[in-house]
Amino acid sequence: MKTVLEGSHAVSEAVRMARIQVMSAYPITPQTHIVEALSEYVAEGRMDARFICVESEHSAMAAVIGAASGGVRTFTATSSHGLALMHELLHWSSAARLPIVMAEVNRALGPGWNIWMDQTDSLAQRDTGWIQLYVEDAQEALDTTLQGFHLAESINLPVMVVLDAFFLSHTYEPVDLPEQADVDRFLPALKPRIRLDTRTPFAMSQMAPPGVYMEMRRDIQSAMERAPDHFARTEVAFEKVFGRRYGAVEAVACEDAEVILVMTGTAASTCRQVVEDLRSEGEKIGMLKLKMFRPFPVNAIRKLLGDARKVAVVDRNFSFGASGIFAQEIRAALCNHPNHPPVFGYIAGLGGRDITPDTLKEIYRMTRDTDHPQAESVWVGLTTEKESR
Amino acid sequence: MAIKDYLRQKFFPHMWCPGCGHGIVLNSMLRAVEELGFSKNEIVMVSGIGCSSRISGYVDFHSLHTLHGRALAFATGVKMSQPELNVIVPMGDGDALAIGGNHFIHAARRNIAMTAVVMNNRIYGMTGGQYSPLSGYGAIATTAPYTNIDHDFDIVELSKAAGATYVARTTTYHAQQMTKILKEAILHDGFSVVEVLTQCPTYFGRKNKLGSAADMMEYYKKNTTPIGSKAKAENPDLLERGVFVRKDLPEYCSEYDKVIETAMKGRS
Repeated sequence: MKTVLEGSHAVSEAVRMARIQVMSAYPITPQTHIVEALSEYVAEGRMDARFICVESEHSAMAAVIGAASGGVRTFTATSSHGLALMHELLHWSSAARLPIVMAEVNRALGPGWNIWMDQTDSLAQRDTGWIQLYVEDAQEALDTTLQGFHLAESINLPVMVVLDAFFLSHTYEPVDLPEQADVDRFLPALKPRIRLDTRTPFAMSQMAPPGVYMEMRRDIQSAMERAPDHFARTEVAFEKVFGRRYGAVEAVACEDAEVILVMTGTAASTCRQVVEDLRSEGEKIGMLKLKMFRPFPVNAIRKLLGDARKVAVVDRNFSFGASGIFAQEIRAALCNHPNHPPVFGYIAGLGGRDITPDTLKEIYRMTRDTDHPQAESVWVGLTTEKESR
Repeated sequence: MAIKDYLRQKFFPHMWCPGCGHGIVLNSMLRAVEELGFSKNEIVMVSGIGCSSRISGYVDFHSLHTLHGRALAFATGVKMSQPELNVIVPMGDGDALAIGGNHFIHAARRNIAMTAVVMNNRIYGMTGGQYSPLSGYGAIATTAPYTNIDHDFDIVELSKAAGATYVARTTTYHAQQMTKILKEAILHDGFSVVEVLTQCPTYFGRKNKLGSAADMMEYYKKNTTPIGSKAKAENPDLLERGVFVRKDLPEYCSEYDKVIETAMKGRS
């Protein structure tokens, strides 16, 4: 059924139809709409679930870990400082191999206080063992949330569905809302591989001495290495029911492109328009949209970018003392490819600043007209060029 | 110094909703500082996150706008490094007692000299009206559309039990009492807690059908009474306001200096 939904509520609808059993969250802008809608669904009896409103995000993730250990389908949502506060438990949940799904609305970290779009919050959690999937629009947010449960439960790793603050979380778009029967067909009830059970008692999360710890970590990585294949299977199953698929990465007009822009989130939509506009002017521009960030889809990226002429990565995030985080990862993925192309790093749209078609056109032209990338990232659209203090 | 000189007027108009009680808290707080004759540079205001915390942006003191729930932890650092400064820490009920609950009880236990002002509007206003640990059983919130089943804290009892050496409660209706209490709290050499009942007509009032901001203040007038009043004896449901605890115990920064002195055995 076609309907018009706020991006946040597209996630809420997916969570409702996924028939999750326990969720827990703490209010934080711009995530709040997601769980607010869910708490209403629970209260109205539209969902057979428990909603635990806790005293911090740290407790929210702890409560969800507890619930998931009991073998039920779980969900939480957060943003920015809320995610940072969860950090300890992000490591815990993945190492406990619990298939938790979280919606994370990308928001800047303070100080100065800023509630707007910025990817540094989720990317700073890249080493926690969570699968990370970035989405472009409300439909993809809904679909990816459903896929997230499917993927998480197939591989026993937690999944973070990442969406842009305000540009996506607070805007309304037409969305194809699935039928419950179809969702049930795609996502049957959870059959937990890990479950506290009084009939077969066991101890969870106990001491792991040097003799076993390393193997446990290697197991997590093995699961991560299998995740792209599992995601492909999830997508096949999803497409069979709903007729849509996204891919861990998506190449747009890349075949003969001289400059390929690497994009994530809603800025990928802006870039689609820019590709169309510049192609009509005869410019050879392409776009690679990155959906999956963890595990990093190295093979797909090598295949699509390995023989490219020039790659320009647009990062709405920054790792201080280094560069944009997507650019780092793309460079690392390509460095052992025989023809690896020059990778240009651009920083744009931090703290909610717009990435307009003109921003992307400027990035395209700078890349086209420059032979070799400079070592440092190029910050696009700064209002002052004065010496930093 | 005139009250207005304590304001950062460039940040006005403020972001609080019409009818919000937080402006009255700001007013009473500035009057307290003015009556005490403090200069701007003798006061540090440390706040966390939420509607209440925006207060630190509007005052022309030293101000730190910090993380949600962590204001008292930051403030402890400020006080330990510059014990001569007067530290005021305005917080919301969720900020102080949900995510910041642990810092709250431990700051009280240490008896470090600062004034914690808990602006209790019984809701998370900034994020859209989710229930807080002060909403109380039976309240309505966006996350409790069919009433809340969580019981609330009694801030006064909690502070007493945690060891605060000055504990008071007042409301936005009683703005003059608030000034008087805040003056005393700021001068108190120890950890002071001042709970101020402050109305949120936008979320708590609307969700719980409590009428306008004026109606909510009228409620504070009718349903509170001075500590130990005759009215309280006749109607135990009335909420007492005034100073519940006022006692002298060794203050943390002074005690810390004494430890150093002992350890140094007179050496410098």
